[in-house]
Amino acid sequence: MANVLEDVGKSTIGHLDYVGSVNIQWWSTLRALGSALPFVGNRYRWKASVNQMLQIGVDALPMVSLMAICTGFILAMQGASELRRFGAIHYVIDLVAVGFTRELGPLITAIAVSGRSGSAFAAEIGTMKVTEELDSLRVMALEPIEFVLAPKYLAALVTVPCLSIISNACGILAGGLFMFLSTHLSPALYLRDVLESIQLRDIITGLVKSVAFATIIAQVSCLEGFRVRGGPDSVGRSTTSAVVKSTFLVIVADAVFTAIFYFTVQH
Amino acid sequence: MPLISIRDLVVEYDGHRVLDGLSLDIEHGETMVLLGGSGSGKSTLLRQILGLERPKAGSVIVKGIDITHCSPAELKKVRRSIGVAFQSAALFNSLSVEDNIALPMREHTRLAPSIIELMVWMKLAVVGLADFGKLHPQELSGGMKKRAAVARALALSPEILVLDEPSAGLDPIVAAELDELILLLKEVFEVTVIVVTHELPSAFRIADRIAMLYKGKFRAVGTKDEIEASQDPRVRQFLDRIPDEIAKTPAVAAYFERYLQGQEAQA
Repeated sequence: MANVLEDVGKSTIGHLDYVGSVNIQWWSTLRALGSALPFVGNRYRWKASVNQMLQIGVDALPMVSLMAICTGFILAMQGASELRRFGAIHYVIDLVAVGFTRELGPLITAIAVSGRSGSAFAAEIGTMKVTEELDSLRVMALEPIEFVLAPKYLAALVTVPCLSIISNACGILAGGLFMFLSTHLSPALYLRDVLESIQLRDIITGLVKSVAFATIIAQVSCLEGFRVRGGPDSVGRSTTSAVVKSTFLVIVADAVFTAIFYFTVQH
Repeated sequence: MPLISIRDLVVEYDGHRVLDGLSLDIEHGETMVLLGGSGSGKSTLLRQILGLERPKAGSVIVKGIDITHCSPAELKKVRRSIGVAFQSAALFNSLSVEDNIALPMREHTRLAPSIIELMVWMKLAVVGLADFGKLHPQELSGGMKKRAAVARALALSPEILVLDEPSAGLDPIVAAELDELILLLKEVFEVTVIVVTHELPSAFRIADRIAMLYKGKFRAVGTKDEIEASQDPRVRQFLDRIPDEIAKTPAVAAYFERYLQGQEAQA
């Protein structure tokens, strides 16, 4: 019994320590974020941010687009197979448009970015830790949070919402393609119905979520990199852990945000 | 007043004492070699001198500032006067050699890019790498990486130059070249040099004074001649390269005895 209590206690302290570390790191990153901004910050940091934006955003574009198109098509087909029975196939448009804008667009993007860039963040920082590059920064009176993390976080904050918007567009486009193929609904009419079904708050809730997901992915993945201890094997473990934890936390955060918006904004 | 003053320094990891009440003064302009076997605590002591870790007790005073209790701003100020070349060189693989060396200048000075370029070339020329600035660290040999790390350590013309195992993993000729480089740098730039090594020829070539560490304590501190004349059994063992009689220690003997008994019982 004592052992069980001890294990539960240790595990609880471990989780609290992790949450505390993420929050401290997030706060430090917010304080250092100014250095990565254009015009007011350090131009080398801004250059690094742009570089990261290309890697997180532009390089992920084909993958995110394809995932969104597939999901949009699947959602439209599954929705149509049920709604057709009630003669309400027209509501597929609302389902795809609202579902993607509020939910699936940001979520698909976050999962793709978590897998691609989250693992890259953890591996890069973990390797820097193992090869003493982080120590090297500190002894040069440079803060790793400002030098390494701030450009990555700024890039994630900019690119994840942008990718989410593109993901929304691709998903809705796939829905339109399905409607055209199955009901011969013209693209112009589809677009009109989409614009009628989406409200500004749907777009805003989707963007708020994508900013939160960007924060989770960048902070958790970088923390996993900073927590690397030992040799190259621990870099591998931290990379896996970064993807697993950030994906898990993205889904938990999505549920929390959806509940908040459901109970506050809509009612 | 000494440039660096270490007083009663105690460092523990998970209750295991790694440095046990060390005291040492390092004067302006001298080359102090921290000598000792693997696990003797030399690298730990170096990390304390660089303010990378906090001790359990004691103080490390660098240029009049106790870096174990100072503010982050004071620590940064102290670090700007220290140039460090790590054992693994710790060059940033994503940057070219010249960008690695330019990094501290770009971050801490307001020099024009053309001046920084010129200074980088000068630092590279000093270490004999003037023609290799455009290469990336992964394209350099082990010895060239170490020299590039020394060039980066010299970037801000530091008062203190710290070299962690500069000749480890290098062939005797390259190691000897590096020793001559250290002597040259000391003469030209009038820096205080701290070298961590376990290479005897290198230590006796470059040192003004040697501090010999054994199991977290200084066994001897003195000039080269004093160390060479030392009759301390551990110092003599290290200098005369006498191996420990591992097989004769009681623990190992008992293990072999148990193993043989087990074999007999099986037979």
